[in-house]
Amino acid sequence: MSNSKDVVKPFDSEHDYEGGLAVIDKDAIKNPGMEPHRERMTDKSEKHEKAAARQVTALFVFSMIASAFSIYAYFAFPLSNITMGQVRLSTLLIGAGISFGMLAIGIGAVHWAKTLMVDNEVSEARHQTRGSEEVRARAVEIINLANQESGFSRRKLIRRTLYGAIALFPLPGIVLFADLGPLGSNVEEKLRHTAWAKGTRLAKDPYGTPIKASDVTIGSVFHVIPETLRERNDDGTLNSEYLNEKAKAAVLLVRVEPSVLNPSPGREKWAYDGIVAYSKICTHVGCPVALYEQHTHHLLCPCHQSTFDLANECAVIFGPASRPLPQLPIAVDSEGYLVAQSDFNEPVGPSFWER
Amino acid sequence: MAIKRNKNNARRSPYAAILVILAGLLVSGGGYAAANAVVSAKSETPYSAQDIKTGNQLFLANCASCHGRNAEGTKAAPSLIGVGAASVDFQVSTGRMPGAASGPQLMDKPAQFTEQQIKQLAAYVASLAPGPAVPTSNLDPTAGNSTRGGELFRINCAMCHNAVGAGGALTEGKWAASLREASPKEIYEAMLTGPQNMPVFNDANLTPKDKQDIISYLTYVQNNPSAGGDELANLGPVAEGLFAWIFMLGGIVAITIWLGAKSN
Repeated sequence: MSNSKDVVKPFDSEHDYEGGLAVIDKDAIKNPGMEPHRERMTDKSEKHEKAAARQVTALFVFSMIASAFSIYAYFAFPLSNITMGQVRLSTLLIGAGISFGMLAIGIGAVHWAKTLMVDNEVSEARHQTRGSEEVRARAVEIINLANQESGFSRRKLIRRTLYGAIALFPLPGIVLFADLGPLGSNVEEKLRHTAWAKGTRLAKDPYGTPIKASDVTIGSVFHVIPETLRERNDDGTLNSEYLNEKAKAAVLLVRVEPSVLNPSPGREKWAYDGIVAYSKICTHVGCPVALYEQHTHHLLCPCHQSTFDLANECAVIFGPASRPLPQLPIAVDSEGYLVAQSDFNEPVGPSFWER
Repeated sequence: MAIKRNKNNARRSPYAAILVILAGLLVSGGGYAAANAVVSAKSETPYSAQDIKTGNQLFLANCASCHGRNAEGTKAAPSLIGVGAASVDFQVSTGRMPGAASGPQLMDKPAQFTEQQIKQLAAYVASLAPGPAVPTSNLDPTAGNSTRGGELFRINCAMCHNAVGAGGALTEGKWAASLREASPKEIYEAMLTGPQNMPVFNDANLTPKDKQDIISYLTYVQNNPSAGGDELANLGPVAEGLFAWIFMLGGIVAITIWLGAKSN
């Protein structure tokens, strides 16, 4: 390190300048030189200097007061009987104290530097990036010594097993992330099917009460999950797949005057007496579409304003969604409860690689 | 054809048609009543005959031009037969009815009628056909479970009305109203009757207990400030983003300019 001074090659006209490989243009922009020094008010007038000194002092004193206030606020507004208002007041006062304490130190320091500290312009030239021959030779020497002492070149077995270990190390990550892709996993199967099956009762979200057809009056909207989704394990806990399955199976149940619906051929029997069930998962990027307008029969997605016309099999009438919401075919069982005729007849939610 | 009809007439008693119609009416009416039993039409009507009569006069003077002389509805406005007293009470007491002008949605404004007149209008409309009645009890906002109400609100209401009831936009100029100042009775009636484009949440969907819990939740968020500081109208990322971009980033830019500027 003793020769570090040699590395510095000042970039100005008085010294040699080695360009290396750089192409030096003869017409390069001329160095405009240093801006003329301009005296500040605080240099010219003692009155201004004293005022600036007082301002900096005041900022530092303000910082002290703010920090002390923060501690005072912690004790003066305790969270004895926690209410939202108390939490809000306490955090506001403590936080304001801490932030003004810190901000005033920063502003004071900058103000001090700008107005009172010596402001002579100084030029500090950049040095070249290439080291001197001596430094470069020394670096090679160090690497050779390290190789010699560690035996990296000599111990072939160790070296090669190290290469092998480094090569294998990222593999678990690749295998884990492969589950996100189409290869070697049942992801596609999972995306194509939901928890709905023939005879599954429609139940109210979130408590799982089954719904009778007679409960669904005209203009009603029910937020629906499959009744089987709430089935519990032997120890009383919910199925670990509960949320994943709910994210696919969520359904919106609406009843309109049967004459409003315009089912296409083959889908006439999917509704029951004006009651229709549609997937709540937007076909754009999967937000829950549940903003239902009773009189226009429009379903609006709050994320990107895709609008679906419930009267026409949830056809897209506005927005970025590319296909209608899938319909769940429903029927009524012997006890009058609404049941699914089958799973959805197409995958729910946004597009994926095979869709 | 003529011969056939004669034959039929000969076979049937002249009263048969009346009997068939009567039986049909009884069955369908009974069926309708049974289907609506879940909708809590507990109509121990609190209205006198005088209420209904005055209500009818008020209706003819103020409502009939759009809703028809017998509340049967016209092209301008829907039929009010069977909407119930709760619907009238909600629409008229929040000033949505009578509407000031047609548009995507009727605005709420100061009520045009006195409480007494609203009661009389409700009495008249309730006398036309059974429908949801004005709630009389179960509206104490401290009695419900606001945690459970919050969960039900987020599932059934928050997509339109916002997670803390600040309201939000719908399609083509319509909007879901803010619930920040709605009274328990208004919230209850709106759920029961589904005013304008709001869907209906009958007592089979949200039971009276569910409704009370939702009212408790909304009353809680009305009365308790947000722990995170100013709500910025609870509009979510739009208002917060605007604030961050203009004031936070603006402040950072101003400080940066000040840092780089030479002292005067």
